[in-house]
Amino acid sequence: MTTFLTDQTKKINMLFLVIIILSFVSAYFLPWWVVAIVAFFAAFFIGKTSGQSFWSGFGAVFIVWTLLALFKSIPNDNMLAKRVAQLFQLPNWIWILLITALIGGLVSGMSALSGVLVKKAFKN
Amino acid sequence: MHFAYLGHGQFNLMKLFKALFSVAVTLLLIWALQTKFGEAPPIGAFLNPATGFWQNAESKNISSDSLQLDGLQGRVTIRYDEHRIPHIFAQNDHDLYYAQGYITARDRLWQMDIQTRSAAGRLAEIAGPKALNIDRYHRRMGMTYGAENTLKGMMKDPVTKVVIEAYTDGVNHYIRHLSKRDYPIEFKLLDYAPEQWKPINCAYLLKLMSETLAGGSDQFAMTNNLKRFGAKDVNDLFPDYPFHEDPIIPVGTKWDFKPLPVPKPSSDFIAQMTDNIKPKERVPGIGSNNWVIAGSKSASGYPILANDPHLNLTFPSIWYQLQMSSPTVNVYGVSLPGAPCIVIGYNQKISWGVTNVDADILDWYQVRFKDNSKNEYWYNNQWNKVKKRIEAIHIRGQKPLYDTVIYTHHGPVVYSNVSQKPKERENIPIGDALRWVAHDESDEFMTFYLLNRGKNYDDYRKALTYYTAPAQNFIFASNDKDIAITPNGKIPLKFKDQGKFIMDGSAPANDWHGWIPYDQNPTVKNPARGFVSSANQSSTDQTYPYYINWRFELYDRGKRINDRLKVMQNATVDSMQLMQMDNYSMRAQDVLPALMKYLDPSKLGKRQLEALQIIKKWDKHYDASSEGASIFNAWWLKFYGMTWDDEFADKKMLLNYPSFDRTEKLLLTESNSKWFDDINTPAKETCTDIVIRSFTAAVNELLRKYGQPGQKWQWGNIKDSHINHLAGLPGFGTGHFSAGGTAAVINALKGGNGPSWRMVVQMGPQVKGYGIFPGGESGNPGSYFYEDLFNTWKDGKLNELLFLGAENEKSERIKSTLILNKTK
Repeated sequence: MTTFLTDQTKKINMLFLVIIILSFVSAYFLPWWVVAIVAFFAAFFIGKTSGQSFWSGFGAVFIVWTLLALFKSIPNDNMLAKRVAQLFQLPNWIWILLITALIGGLVSGMSALSGVLVKKAFKN
Repeated sequence: MHFAYLGHGQFNLMKLFKALFSVAVTLLLIWALQTKFGEAPPIGAFLNPATGFWQNAESKNISSDSLQLDGLQGRVTIRYDEHRIPHIFAQNDHDLYYAQGYITARDRLWQMDIQTRSAAGRLAEIAGPKALNIDRYHRRMGMTYGAENTLKGMMKDPVTKVVIEAYTDGVNHYIRHLSKRDYPIEFKLLDYAPEQWKPINCAYLLKLMSETLAGGSDQFAMTNNLKRFGAKDVNDLFPDYPFHEDPIIPVGTKWDFKPLPVPKPSSDFIAQMTDNIKPKERVPGIGSNNWVIAGSKSASGYPILANDPHLNLTFPSIWYQLQMSSPTVNVYGVSLPGAPCIVIGYNQKISWGVTNVDADILDWYQVRFKDNSKNEYWYNNQWNKVKKRIEAIHIRGQKPLYDTVIYTHHGPVVYSNVSQKPKERENIPIGDALRWVAHDESDEFMTFYLLNRGKNYDDYRKALTYYTAPAQNFIFASNDKDIAITPNGKIPLKFKDQGKFIMDGSAPANDWHGWIPYDQNPTVKNPARGFVSSANQSSTDQTYPYYINWRFELYDRGKRINDRLKVMQNATVDSMQLMQMDNYSMRAQDVLPALMKYLDPSKLGKRQLEALQIIKKWDKHYDASSEGASIFNAWWLKFYGMTWDDEFADKKMLLNYPSFDRTEKLLLTESNSKWFDDINTPAKETCTDIVIRSFTAAVNELLRKYGQPGQKWQWGNIKDSHINHLAGLPGFGTGHFSAGGTAAVINALKGGNGPSWRMVVQMGPQVKGYGIFPGGESGNPGSYFYEDLFNTWKDGKLNELLFLGAENEKSERIKSTLILNKTK
């Protein structure tokens, strides 16, 4: 039981880490939806279960996008994020950050899920 | 075996289906996030931190940099001060304008794009069908036609050609090397990409100014007035010279030229004005102020110049501030983003500024077509061929619209039939051709090019001869201690009142008959009174031999300026700055005593009496904290409305209301006038009735909207001051703020209109400029320099402008340097 858990955690970590690194790097010179391709192939090659793949993909890009956004926004005193929040009639700029991260997470999570499901459909 | 195989296959199919379903959902999700729905931007493209809006969030610290630009001939140094105002030092003029284009695009690319798009009638390309009406209007009124003609004029002159082309190359160099993540945020929101800049865009900006300042028209409404009330009443209510006036060129100034013969009125015009057959409120106060005092009135002994052009205020700021230096020039001031040179500013020899001249340079002509094909029209006793111009309007998400516009020799027939005319263009007559000076070939940039390099009065006079439209009151001061003002532009030579009403387009006598010679435009140099000024009021007294217009802006601001300057002695920059913030109401001075005289307190209720006490103590200043200003303002508007609404408010026919000036005359000198009677009641109302009724109604309205008298009644609260983003984006403007001023006082800040740039220049051995505009240098809402100047402007303060004598002059105010090198 313990071995099984550690094993799973390792695999989550592995997939999670691969997506984090690749989406970080790709963000600097490729279009935003490249994270979907990254997550898809990462899960295709090293994804194990559906749940593991989805959450690894989701969590990785959720974190990457939050960090990238904050990296620009903090030196800006979140001034622009506040304006955009007002534009979308949101009470607080944190909402914009949250929605940004959720969107990234969802795209990546769904792609990772797709990747692992495609693998399963072709293997076996 | 067989079953097992089948089971295995089903199992695989199920997995395949799940996989495909998941892939499909993912792709759909990505597609949805990448697609624009309605007003919303494509949400994934906009929000992702790699290329979306987060990339537009700028840090406060912008470090020095060095770039290689192909197209440059030498090295350009740009030094940025603490407000990110650039000071350009170039080794030749080509590089100077190249750099101006480059750095303006860096700060204002979207503003440049949207304004020229709007002028060119190309908004629907990015905004879809909802922008179609405005595009069609711009196309049909000949903005493109006019810009093409102006471009010809600019390109003919070898000097302006170099300037325009270098500026264009600079802009395009910036656009070519712009990555998607660095697109201004508005491109990301509206989901489109910047396109190549073209020389004609510089001309479009001039057309836009002409439209704003000289594109309005009340001839249709005036013609309706004539049909409704007849010539006698119209001449009485819409006189050719105002009751109250204090003209720009001082009364009594001699005209030292031999005027051209004034054309004779056409026969149909005479018929119109003598015929016995009975055949919207203009918003006053939009305009600008400028003045110069001579050395005799200043503490330093040198002239001081002040200018504050009023416009519809928007973010990004209307003006782009900069210093421009090359071996031929060193000038500081404001430019229009998208156009080369400094428009208002100073160098170390002269300073100049502008306000709008209300010259009538836009006229309507009735056209008689031979038949419905509209290929020929009647003119000079014969049929003449029309020209047809096809305007292709591209619309996002739809097929393009091909709009045919008919041109007579006058100009475009803006709306040939009812179906073309949208509701918001109520003032445009149907089937009439438009003659507009902004359609003509011109070369306005030459004026600014020469002023930027001007050294003395003669240079100023020469520069003005290149200027066409919109006509401006060019004010001037020099270190030779000369001061001057010239209402200047290409002004058509007309018979009196020509173009007050729609004219018959078949009679050559109704055409414009050439132009007032430039050296005969009204002008005054070093007048005895020791100052010159303008605030859009009448250019001259009634002795000027030419007709410019029958109406000008109200005299209120001009009169107040002249009253104050008359008594001013030992003036300093501070005196000028205080004057720019002056809230004193000339109207209140003129009419309040008469209104009070007719107001019988015994006929007032308790609430009204309370309000009367407030207004009695009022100092006639439209200060932010003033309650009296709110009461007077509401009272005057009610009085005006109650006097004229019964005759002039007509849902079926657009009529022109008499001016505030004419209403003041009615109140002050014609209290028995028939116009006071409300024709909708059996009783016969008098001036007294209208004064009492309007006061009661005004107080009731304030009570209803703002409760008991108190803080909520303060003028700053009632007057909705705000500055919107150019696209009206919530959160990107200022929102409501409390401030003093109103349309007809010097500090003409009302609603979204007001001083777009306040400048004061102290002439002297060391010329010193002071200035401020609402907003900031950067057009990026994510920049610290987007509105860093706003509060200083709102508080009525001016910043000392940094004028560097040389490229390497030391200054603590310089925060970073950008070096532009030519590509090796």
